[in-house]
Amino acid sequence: MALLEVKNLGITFGGLHAVDNFNLTLEKGALYGLIGPNGAGKTTVFNLLTGVYAPTTGTFYLDGKELKGKKPAEINKAGIARTFQNIRLFKNLSVLDNVKVGLHNQMKYSTIEGIFRLPGFFKTEKKMNERAMDLLKVFDLDDSADTLASNLPYGKQRKLEIARAIATNPKLLLLDEPAAGMNPNETKELMETIHFIRDHFDLTVLVIEHDMSLVSGICEEITVLNFGKELAKGNTADVLKNPEVVKAYLGE
Amino acid sequence: MAIKTHSKLEKKNTNTVKPFKGKDLITYLIVVVFFTVFQVLASTGTLKNSLKALLVPICVQVILAVSLNLVVGFLGELSLGHAGFMCVGAFTGTFFSVLMEDVITVVWVRFACAFVIGAIAAAISGILIGIPVLRLKGDYLAIVTLAFGEIIKTIVNALYIGKDSNGFHMSLDSSKLGMGTDGQIILNGPQGISGTPKNSTFLIGFILVMLVLIIVNNLMDSRTGRAIMSIRDNRIAAESVGIDITKYKLMVFTISAAMAGIAGVLYSHNLSKLTATTANFGYTMSITILVYVVLGGMGNVRGSVIAATILYALPELLRGIGDLSSYRMLIYSILLILMMIFNNGTYFVSLREEIAYKFKNKKTKTAGEAA
Amino acid sequence: MVFLSQLISGISLGGIYSLIALGYTMVYGIAKMLNFAHGDVIMIGAFVIYTSVVSAGLNPVLGVLIAMVFCTVLGVLIERLAYKPLRQATSLAVLITAIGVSYFLQNVALLIFGSDTKQFSSVVSLEPVSLAGGELVISGETIITIAVSVVIMVALYLFVNKTKPGKAMLAVSEDKGAAQLMGINVNGTIALTFAIGSALAAVAGALLCSSYPALSPYTGAMPGIKAFVAAVFGGIGSIPGAMIGGILLGIIENLSKAYISSQLSDAIVFAVLIFVLLIRPTGIMGKKINEKV
Repeated sequence: MALLEVKNLGITFGGLHAVDNFNLTLEKGALYGLIGPNGAGKTTVFNLLTGVYAPTTGTFYLDGKELKGKKPAEINKAGIARTFQNIRLFKNLSVLDNVKVGLHNQMKYSTIEGIFRLPGFFKTEKKMNERAMDLLKVFDLDDSADTLASNLPYGKQRKLEIARAIATNPKLLLLDEPAAGMNPNETKELMETIHFIRDHFDLTVLVIEHDMSLVSGICEEITVLNFGKELAKGNTADVLKNPEVVKAYLGE
Repeated sequence: MAIKTHSKLEKKNTNTVKPFKGKDLITYLIVVVFFTVFQVLASTGTLKNSLKALLVPICVQVILAVSLNLVVGFLGELSLGHAGFMCVGAFTGTFFSVLMEDVITVVWVRFACAFVIGAIAAAISGILIGIPVLRLKGDYLAIVTLAFGEIIKTIVNALYIGKDSNGFHMSLDSSKLGMGTDGQIILNGPQGISGTPKNSTFLIGFILVMLVLIIVNNLMDSRTGRAIMSIRDNRIAAESVGIDITKYKLMVFTISAAMAGIAGVLYSHNLSKLTATTANFGYTMSITILVYVVLGGMGNVRGSVIAATILYALPELLRGIGDLSSYRMLIYSILLILMMIFNNGTYFVSLREEIAYKFKNKKTKTAGEAA
Repeated sequence: MVFLSQLISGISLGGIYSLIALGYTMVYGIAKMLNFAHGDVIMIGAFVIYTSVVSAGLNPVLGVLIAMVFCTVLGVLIERLAYKPLRQATSLAVLITAIGVSYFLQNVALLIFGSDTKQFSSVVSLEPVSLAGGELVISGETIITIAVSVVIMVALYLFVNKTKPGKAMLAVSEDKGAAQLMGINVNGTIALTFAIGSALAAVAGALLCSSYPALSPYTGAMPGIKAFVAAVFGGIGSIPGAMIGGILLGIIENLSKAYISSQLSDAIVFAVLIFVLLIRPTGIMGKKINEKV
């Protein structure tokens, strides 16, 4: 059974078909790309899959479980995590605490245990710290654990967002332009990291990206969106040679 | 090189989970010292009566400020109705005390029950107001909380409750109460409740302040607190990592209201007659508490404690300075405006940043020279 | 007939709320701030009229004009000294400053005029009108209030939508940065908004104290809060919203005073507000704002 199954997903905003009849099947462990010109509806697809918007038509399943109409928090608990195009960190929390918020539903103790400092607090907090530090090490952020998230340089903020998303222990990770604003070296490093986390954390990754070197470097298959509709789909190298796709990108 | 080693040395070992943060301990220490000094001064008779009368009210203000900070500073929602929760706590707690004065004769048991009842009643009203909170944001939420506070105050002023051998009687009209000859009016409309036992002491106030401080500090330094602050910092991101926004918003409003209720009980048992006016339970009071929170620093618990203490005592202290006494509220308002402009004004903010930048550069330079 | 008479005085009270709410809403629309001191500007306006008419014996209309000029200058001064330095600060910081200004105005009035309530003499000299064979009597104050409110609202509507400075106000409220790039004098436009709002407050003060002739340093506070409620009710930032919100609020308040309970009328007004906001979270005429993800 496929991990993610999206059927005829669509949404209209006041008559505008922002996304129309979107279909996608992702097998477990896939590294899939979603590309298209600005305003093609890529981020809207992410917003639909994470419950920010409720779809007008269609539905989608994760591991056979229908998630249409569920709230963002429930969808995350079901196993989909994401990052944002315009970075959304918890700015006034430390880097470590950002990841610990991601661990919120993974390691629990009650509010009462927290307020009265019962044993559960110490035990779980210790486990949370360990797990969070392990995650930060993967992204080479362990040296900045006590820094405020807003004081991190841009590239590290993007990495922290990924670390926070992985902390929620997802099956499917949605990355929205992870390489935006990175230089070629950082992008190369990011590609290695994405490969590593896919294998290490047993993830399936769906990525929106404009940087073609990243897309062709890591995505086995891609879908191209244009004006909310699927323009082409399939093997990355083939799709990028498709004249329709070239036309959409270059505007002819 | 020197800088690098320095940062390594400074790095904390993140794997020891401490029960309290260092900054919280400093707050507790300040409160304990303040209490001890003034308790000693009061008991030796060194303290003027006018100052002694400020001690319990200061505890009330501190609890109100810290509990409002939970909503405004940590959850990031603007509330202009905090005095409404205080009002609910004050009236239910006092109602209980007056009713039970002859039934429960052990003072501390009765007083403790009054606190519990006041806190629960206020918490219930917190849940009630929390529901619209989930739908509204920003200024709209602010106006709804303000409206809620005014509704509570108005209802309390219009309500008559009495008790006779047949049980309780409640009416909006004193003449329609229909009580027997043995009846006793407890809540008497705009005249409020009179004959409250004066049970509040500085010691009890101090204990409650410490309790509230420990609960708020520990709560915020826990899994729940991180979830609350994540909602403040970025609601959409918090939802995306599975935080249940509804649950935590309601929780914060409930806890904060319960604490305001406790403050209300402490306040009312420091007076013999309890009435609801704009000054004690209306929006004016809610705004005064908000001023403590903003001047003390949003999300800064110690700041709330200090700001509430100083700002509450300030007009009273100005009262002592002969010619200035009639100008004291004028001075207070000017100070408030100047402090806001100094703390937040574009000119002063950039000036501070400039100084901080120069200072930092100098420091790095000397560190470099030392190496 | 009783109902009609209550309704008419409700509209009259609502007209006053509308005038005050317009000041709130215009300032909110442009400066994105809740000007809590607005209610106290009304009170200052009423004291200026009181001083010039009752103490100095001037013509009431002249008194109102003096008050309008005085309040306009005061409003612009407040904006320049207290709010302008905080243009880049958080809305909460500005709110607290506005509260400070409110305390300041109240205490200045307290120092000059004392805390006792003054008997305000009506600035309206119109005789009451008797209709339906004397069953329905409408006071001169009510007629003037309704007439003045209507004229001001129409004038303001035309000013904002048809004149250049009015359109500049709309542009600034839409997007300060873009308006500046288009060559609009943003600071000037904000000052103009405060000037208009404060002048309206003076008129509202005159009408309010003519209908309810008790004046003290705290007179402006409660009508100010209620007008603020009216502005939110209608959708804060929206000029037609403030007009509708104000009038509805006046009607609800008067009818609940007459038919339900005079003590509970404030609670009813606020409860209706909460109810409306639960159904329409941004007020009757407010725009729905979606956060972009």
